[in-house]
Amino acid sequence: MTQYLIRRLLIAIPSLLGISVILFTVLALAPGDPFEELATNPAIPPEVRMQLRASLGLDDPIHIRYFSWLLAMIRGEWGFSFVSRIPVDQLIMQRLPTTIAVIGASQVLALCIALPVGIYSATRPYSIFDQIANTLAFVGFSLPTFFTGLLFILFFSIYLDWLPFVYNTNIDATGWRWWWEHIRQSIMPVAVLGLFQGATWTRFVRSAVLDVIRLDHVTTARAKGLPESRITMRHVVRNALIPVVTLVALQMPAVFGGAIVTEQIFRVPGIGSLLISAILANDTPVIMAVTFVFSILVIFFNLVADILYGWLDPRISYR
Amino acid sequence: MAGSIPASATASAAGAALPRVGPWKDAWRRFRKHRMAVVSAVVLSLIVLAVLIGPLVWPVPIDEIDFTARLEGPSWSHPLGTDDLGQDLLARMLYGGRISLAVGVTAMIVAVFLGVLIGSIAGMAGGKLDAGLMWVTDLFLSLPQLPVLLLIIYLFRDSLRGFVGPEMGVFILIVAVIGLFNWMPVARLVRAQFFSLREKEFVEAARALGASRMRLVVRHILPNALGPVIVAATIDVAAAIIAESTLSFLGLGFPPDIPTWGRLLFDAKDNLDFAPHWALFPGLAIFLSVVTINFVGDGLRDALDPRRML
Repeated sequence: MTQYLIRRLLIAIPSLLGISVILFTVLALAPGDPFEELATNPAIPPEVRMQLRASLGLDDPIHIRYFSWLLAMIRGEWGFSFVSRIPVDQLIMQRLPTTIAVIGASQVLALCIALPVGIYSATRPYSIFDQIANTLAFVGFSLPTFFTGLLFILFFSIYLDWLPFVYNTNIDATGWRWWWEHIRQSIMPVAVLGLFQGATWTRFVRSAVLDVIRLDHVTTARAKGLPESRITMRHVVRNALIPVVTLVALQMPAVFGGAIVTEQIFRVPGIGSLLISAILANDTPVIMAVTFVFSILVIFFNLVADILYGWLDPRISYR
Repeated sequence: MAGSIPASATASAAGAALPRVGPWKDAWRRFRKHRMAVVSAVVLSLIVLAVLIGPLVWPVPIDEIDFTARLEGPSWSHPLGTDDLGQDLLARMLYGGRISLAVGVTAMIVAVFLGVLIGSIAGMAGGKLDAGLMWVTDLFLSLPQLPVLLLIIYLFRDSLRGFVGPEMGVFILIVAVIGLFNWMPVARLVRAQFFSLREKEFVEAARALGASRMRLVVRHILPNALGPVIVAATIDVAAAIIAESTLSFLGLGFPPDIPTWGRLLFDAKDNLDFAPHWALFPGLAIFLSVVTINFVGDGLRDALDPRRML
């Protein structure tokens, strides 16, 4: 298992490098010159500008520029925000826990919906329950998160007036009350993301369980006289989860996309809303850094999926 | 159990029992069995029709400002109400729908073209080239799409706008970028199809007759890989519509004078408490288009995937 983990970690490095190449290419291809402002300033002669460019390494060959950029990114030297003059890494570290908490909670919610509903539908295919669940799942993943978010605000905040729709970071309350307020304002963002993911995963779980349930080893287990619940949990679900983990890992980029939209709708102070406000304020260092952080998160979750994979199917880790 | 029956056996059995039908007619017969898909196809055609001929039937200008009719709910003179400048929402939605659907279809064409190209190169070449291309495919699959999309639009929108005009510039940028990030599933699918098809007897026969590689691909392998590609393409249209709406909803897609459905939602979201109709109608339009396209895709999967044939 350790060997398998190390191998997986080594495989993750080239993909991270590949992603960094793509990001750098986009940045390098982009028009616009950081010295444009100086060019229009008559007080600065062109020779000085050229010297400045050379001293900052802007005239170096592209691969040298890439390596110095990558080195700075890895060391965490992400520069300063153009807008707030705060180091970018501080800005992101302030915001990251909120994003992780919202995404984590919504994934747990999605699992709590997808696993039971998917398994129950698959064990009774084409029953009334299965048909209703199927249709709802279809509707659920066709509803874009931004529209569900607005619908939730319209219904729960404006019509019923139950939940606040703007996320408030400065709640002046302590103890239980503080927790209660935080949970109350997190319900809608988490539900929007979680329901969307839950709908997608329900379909994955259902079709994976349906594939496993007709295999011979399940018939054998039944012939041995095992109780149905034990067959489902030990013999079907564990095997069915293997393809589900792959599909869930493939979904991670979409999850982060959904998180950006949800944070923007409910004004959750996470890195997603940081990204949008940075784009609107032309704050390039923050935009680059947030995109980089999202890439690292995706790769990290792919690694987690690989570890789960090794646990669910021990054969994989011995290969 | 249906999966274990080889397609050819069922096909010949069906041929003996029924009068001879062509493959497309057969597919249509299977498509009709999927009730939701048929209903969705009808609804989807209605949406497309409304968007195409609607502006002719409802010739209210999309940018006519009328401050006496601000934020009005649905009425006879404005069937879907008005926005904060008193502009007619029905006219804006019909016009914006053209853009939203056009972006969806064009981005799908870009994605499918790229996917078929890369998938068939990988599937025909095999070996190192295949491994390299699949590594790139996996890499693109693990890119955080929305942040990278936003990054590219942020970096390139101004220069492209100056190049081909604001409207065309944004359209080209959005279509290209969405297409560039949606080709991966098609590429994987086409590659998998190629791997199974290129070993089949009919391909071998064509090769023995001296067909060139190009002819093998274009005449013999690609047409047989078409079914799954059509299904993937249908679902890609829905994905592209959602992607465009997301960008516009974040205020980073089309400019305000091009009221795509996502853009309408973006404008409406700050007036949710006193003009809910403004957000509801465009949102419903996006949802209806996406859900019907997905159902049609599901129906096409049943119709075109012979392994699923019952």
